Amino acid sequence: MSVLHCADLSVATLQTLLSAKLAQAPAFFLQAPIVLNLSDVSQTPDFSALKSLFTELKLVLVGVTAANAEQKAAAHAAGLAVLQAGKANVNTKAPAAAQQPAKSPATEVADATAAINSAALAAVAATMDSKVIEQTVRSGQQIYAKGTDLIVKGAVGAGAEVIADGNIHIYGSLRGKAIAGASGDTSKRIYCYNLQAELVSIAGNYWLSDSLQGKFWGKSACIKMQDDSLVISELV
Amino acid sequence: MAKIIVVTSGKGGVGKTTSSAAIGTGLALAGHKTVIVDFDIGLRNLDLIMGCERRVVYDFVNVINGEANLKQTLIKDKRTDNLFILPASQTRDKDALTRDGVENVLNELAKEFDFIICDSPAGIESGAMMALYFADEAVVVTNPEVSSVRDSDRILGMLSSKSRRAEQGLEGIKEHLLLTRYNPERVEKGEMLSVEDVKEILAIELIGVIPESQAVLNASNSGQPVILDKDSDAGQAYLDTIKRLLGEQVPFRFLNVEKKGFIKRIFGG
Repeated sequence: MSVLHCADLSVATLQTLLSAKLAQAPAFFLQAPIVLNLSDVSQTPDFSALKSLFTELKLVLVGVTAANAEQKAAAHAAGLAVLQAGKANVNTKAPAAAQQPAKSPATEVADATAAINSAALAAVAATMDSKVIEQTVRSGQQIYAKGTDLIVKGAVGAGAEVIADGNIHIYGSLRGKAIAGASGDTSKRIYCYNLQAELVSIAGNYWLSDSLQGKFWGKSACIKMQDDSLVISELV
Repeated sequence: MAKIIVVTSGKGGVGKTTSSAAIGTGLALAGHKTVIVDFDIGLRNLDLIMGCERRVVYDFVNVINGEANLKQTLIKDKRTDNLFILPASQTRDKDALTRDGVENVLNELAKEFDFIICDSPAGIESGAMMALYFADEAVVVTNPEVSSVRDSDRILGMLSSKSRRAEQGLEGIKEHLLLTRYNPERVEKGEMLSVEDVKEILAIELIGVIPESQAVLNASNSGQPVILDKDSDAGQAYLDTIKRLLGEQVPFRFLNVEKKGFIKRIFGG
């Protein structure tokens, strides 16, 4: 579950900061359950006002964590769950807070949401299995592995497209198009047993087959991003 | 239980109808009761290849619409026992076929026949989809050139996703590759894809290689399936194909350039 750390829990501040964050990726946190971490807050916030703010932002405030006795009582009164502070949160949060104790609320929230982002992404990566295609991908077929890796146990025909938010592994000839890191992750790679692709792309950076002619054409290869450019290297 | 075999390719002009006629005739010659159904509504050709164009009274669309029954519509082949043809309509278009209508006709045919050969139209539109939807096996006709190979690849994708077997999660359609218009001399010169190239790209089992042959055109013009021309290389290659379709192991022929004999080399035959 996503946990929000914030030093300033006034409705006005949160609204500005959260709206700005949500505007970057409106669908990502749509109706996401959120837990408020109150370890940085000493006063008791107006929980019912916060609840309606979260509803307005299409988030669901489900509970609080790291609350003191007074905050717990107020949370109960507002119908929120009181949760034990997760160990992972404490671990990731503590060093950052210790190193930079004097943060403005704005940067604090930005950091916190960034932490939530990566935590949520890690959760997604951990829970979703790679998409495995057991046969050859034929011309005209399009396969998209949303939020995960794609493994093809066969060839990808000319005129076929394989797309993944994660890495792409092809245990056969790649004659069509392969698009890895489709949601913008430049660390993703394409691996194939026989490179004869029409196009390879990582996070929007692409090469057509003209640029792929060379010593790796028709051979096994790994394609990755390095210094803002695609690089082909040996598979093994 | 009748076996429904679709003869398809995606690309036009590669030899679907020629192959349908040859395969249907070959199966009938082997003693199986066979019907060839022409799915190319509006561009009827099978009747010409089979030499029965003057005997078409009713057609496939008439049967679907209930204007005629199968008995009136099926044309019995005059040369080969056990062989019947269900001609397409020349005046209608592909939309005249409905899935329910086709299913009813195929069910009706399945009661009587061992094999139902569906001669698919080119393309990937409704007519071709209708021809492959009910199939148990598919013969994918491919010429050894890149556009035909790519279209075959596309059709193979359709077979594994758009057929009844795929939609109902049954065992997939058995796919066979039939390479036609193969010219070993041009392959040797590097002007044509080789059998190995095509097999590598399409990755399905090869059931036959039909050499490029004058006999095919002659057969079409005279309205006689080329498989009946037993002296020709193409006819023999189709006979081998039928044996493989029926489960026999037959070595492939006509894959290499024929060496000229001693006499021919001296006198330039």
